[in-house]
Amino acid sequence: MSLVSIRDVRKSYGSVEVLKGVSLEVEKGDVVAIIGRSGSGKSTLLRCINGLETYQSGAILADGIEVGGLHADLRELRRHVGMVFQQFNLFPHLTAAENVMLAPTVVNKTPKKAARAIAAEVLAKVGLSEKMDAYPSELSGGQQQRVAIARSLAMRPKVLLCDEITSALDPELVNEVLRVVEQLAREGMTLILVTHEMRFARDVGTNLVFMHHGKVHETGVPKDVFAAPRTPELQQFVSGIG
Amino acid sequence: MSDFTFWVILKNLIWATQWTVFLSLIAFVGGGIVGLILLFLRTSQIKWLELPTKLYIEFFQGTPLLMQLFLLFFGVALFGIEVSPWMAAGLALTLWTSAFLTEIWRGCVESIAKGQWEASSSLAMTYIEQMRYVIIPQAARIAIAPTVGFSVQVIKGTALASIIGFVELTKAGTMLNNATFRPFMVYSLVALIYFCLCFPLSWYAKRLEGRLNVAR
Repeated sequence: MSLVSIRDVRKSYGSVEVLKGVSLEVEKGDVVAIIGRSGSGKSTLLRCINGLETYQSGAILADGIEVGGLHADLRELRRHVGMVFQQFNLFPHLTAAENVMLAPTVVNKTPKKAARAIAAEVLAKVGLSEKMDAYPSELSGGQQQRVAIARSLAMRPKVLLCDEITSALDPELVNEVLRVVEQLAREGMTLILVTHEMRFARDVGTNLVFMHHGKVHETGVPKDVFAAPRTPELQQFVSGIG
Repeated sequence: MSDFTFWVILKNLIWATQWTVFLSLIAFVGGGIVGLILLFLRTSQIKWLELPTKLYIEFFQGTPLLMQLFLLFFGVALFGIEVSPWMAAGLALTLWTSAFLTEIWRGCVESIAKGQWEASSSLAMTYIEQMRYVIIPQAARIAIAPTVGFSVQVIKGTALASIIGFVELTKAGTMLNNATFRPFMVYSLVALIYFCLCFPLSWYAKRLEGRLNVAR
């Protein structure tokens, strides 16, 4: 069975339907890049996967847990599905290490010492070993985002959802974050990314999903899709960003 | 009448001040605890908890404190339950304080960015864990200044307890005035003592507010 299985999901805000029957299968080790114009529903779809948004019909199964069920075990689900946000959302009153340690100690009841070891490990992975005791306000945007990635990794997620994680960064800071994500992809982490970084989607992604008007409009292997977009909408989208 | 020199009056008033302070502390600590519980209920997003807490807050904010004191002191007695002035004053002020503190603190909790809730949710934290480790540590910083500011209202609120026979500063003033017939001197002293209790708190609240603004 797929690690994440999205079947005919529909969602409306009032009378506006933002997801019009989206289906998507994500296998273990996939790196799925979701692209599309703003308002095409890509972020909403991503947020449905870990239950930050609800949907009206269809089904999402993540790691075998039905997300939208009335008694969905969201806590269990979210222990295995990590998420990184556009605005980092680090906890400003905690140091980098404390940000990373919080969920392992509070949710998984990992002893402080072991949690500190996890923090050291994941912060080293994102290249921030020296910044363990720095507060978010003392870090650059790129560093904050890498701490946020480390914070998710500390829970040992099976899937990592990335919601436009470089969109709030200054251009010169984008690459340090993308390099970390690329490294994760190479290590076999399953990733679902909503992104505007087309080159990254093409070079690192194993699957490309182009969303348009709340639907999966075109999908395939990134290199092929970018080289020869089949639908006029994607052609226009790809040429539009040049 | 000549028995009551200025110093005797002042000494008696200061003696009574301890009960004002004590009642304020009870109201503030009790109100803080009840307020914190209400805050959790009020911000939990659990629909059926919302209405009762909202009604509670509306009742205690929307009716005079004096009326609440009367209800507790005289109203409850009608049911055959003996209520001492101590109990009535402590309880009424606690409930009244809790309603205001809940609303002050709710504002602080709601000022925390939505992303903090989303990030902590995504890390599988429960509502209580989110409040305990992520939201309240941040909201508390913002809450300190208005909370200290409100404590001034609590101190002044205790004056009403004099009406149900609780001997604190105001009641002592009334009793001394009845004995000395020197209302201007007695009540000036009473006012001065209240001012000495309240002014440092308002001053401190102002300072905290200023410091917080600079930090941003």
